[in-house]
Amino acid sequence: MADIPSPVTRPRQALGLGAGRVKDTLLSRSVVAPIAAVIVFLILWELLVWANGWPDYVMASPSDLPPAYASYWDLFLVMGWQTLWRTVVGLAVAVVFGVAVGMIMGFSRTMRDALYPLLVGFNAVPKATVVPIVALLFVGAHDFNTVLIAFMISFFPIAVSVSIGLSTLEPEYRDILRSLGASQATIFWKIALPKTLPEFFGALKVAVTLAFIGTNLMEIVSPHGRGLGALFDSGKTNSDYPLMFAVLIALAFLGIVLYYIVVALEKTFAGWAERSPT
Amino acid sequence: MSHLIDIRGVTHAYRTESGPLPVLDGLSIAVPEGGFTAVVGPSGCGKSTLTRLIAGLMIPDEGEVRLHGERVTSPRSTVGMAFQNPVLLEWRTILDNVILPLEIVPTKLKRREKEERARRLLSLVGLDGFEDKRPSELSGGMRQRASLCRALVHKPEVLILDEPFGALDAFTREDLWQTMHQLRAEETFTSVLITHDLRESIFLADEVVVLSGRPATAQYKLPVPDTGLRTLDELYTAEAAERLNILRHQIEIAQGRAEPTDTASQPAPPPGSAAQALT
Repeated sequence: MADIPSPVTRPRQALGLGAGRVKDTLLSRSVVAPIAAVIVFLILWELLVWANGWPDYVMASPSDLPPAYASYWDLFLVMGWQTLWRTVVGLAVAVVFGVAVGMIMGFSRTMRDALYPLLVGFNAVPKATVVPIVALLFVGAHDFNTVLIAFMISFFPIAVSVSIGLSTLEPEYRDILRSLGASQATIFWKIALPKTLPEFFGALKVAVTLAFIGTNLMEIVSPHGRGLGALFDSGKTNSDYPLMFAVLIALAFLGIVLYYIVVALEKTFAGWAERSPT
Repeated sequence: MSHLIDIRGVTHAYRTESGPLPVLDGLSIAVPEGGFTAVVGPSGCGKSTLTRLIAGLMIPDEGEVRLHGERVTSPRSTVGMAFQNPVLLEWRTILDNVILPLEIVPTKLKRREKEERARRLLSLVGLDGFEDKRPSELSGGMRQRASLCRALVHKPEVLILDEPFGALDAFTREDLWQTMHQLRAEETFTSVLITHDLRESIFLADEVVVLSGRPATAQYKLPVPDTGLRTLDELYTAEAAERLNILRHQIEIAQGRAEPTDTASQPAPPPGSAAQALT
């Protein structure tokens, strides 16, 4: 009699504990693991510089960064904001334009055949070469130029992913609605659009980091002194090497923030595509 | 008895790069209101083309398809379809998947009434408690049950089934056959079932039509007496074995593997085939 209840109660206890433990592990893993990785990275960086005895004009070390941030804190805030909003606007334009081009190519075979070489060629042109052209074309319109380059560099993956998502829609999905007399617009809103969302967000994650590259290209090259790119450039001209590294870290931080905003949006709008690990 | 589905002398060819490919040749099938007709035939004989013609997704080159005496020239909301692939929308819950047709066809139902209708159907096919699950959380058989509910939720006059049980394992398939009978007892619809499974055809249908090889015409029609709600045991009777043998022989003729004989009265099965048909 004594051991009869145990097989019943024991697994239940184990299960209850297990569920709590799993939750704890997940919590700690998703928060603690990346922080630990960053700390390890900083320690290795510091060690590398220390072991080689590099002066800060060869490579600044993490311990050089806090003073750099402290002395230019207000500049970091102002210029960080300039970089951020222009990147986000460029990205927003890229989303609108990229989705539009993707829809045109996704629904029409002719347009897909016609536009693909043009798009690929356009994407293959290094944007660093386009920067001076744009800067000369719209002299003085610094904000506009920066947004334009951020947009140009980031719309390609969005256009391609949307067009692929739409053109690979299985015919049965269409038939289900078409046999009920649904219009093309209804089929797009009810089926084609939601089905393409996972591909779209995948591309958006790539586009986010690309847009930062575009913004900074313009900021470094153009002489208007705005954005983190300009701050980087001033560090270079003033031989303030820790400042240059501090800008890089600030850019990385902004990139991570925007990336995780996209991830949160993806969870909200396309969370269904994520299968539970069990 | 009036014929709800009336397919008259339908001839159709697909235009391919190597010229026209005829798939249907003077095909005529009539299904009475409330009837259930199964269409069997060799692979690639144009069975799926037939479903697209009835659904109004395609217009035949010659002949016509009439529903209620009215010629079909475009898709209509009085048709429900289920395919071998359940094509459920992964981003919707099972309940919202079933409701989908009610969002397309004109209806006066309120959201709450639509939900009630969908819930009733889901409960009828044994999916109580799965309304809020995603399709990816369900097994293949359950997804196909949900797909059947979606095909019926807007009370279509015509239910088109294009091998809906083809991809399921044998036990699940037999379960779903019985579900199909329950649905027929509770709901009013006229059905055309495309299938490769002869046992399925005689278990579900009132009439089995054997199509010839491509271009297909109605080669043979076998009536199956209606015995009300059928049970699986009826598949293992002498009458069932005889029907299966007739159909098997007709399929062999359609495939060009046997000579046409007077099959209706005297099926000529090779020795031992009756036993095979029973297993």
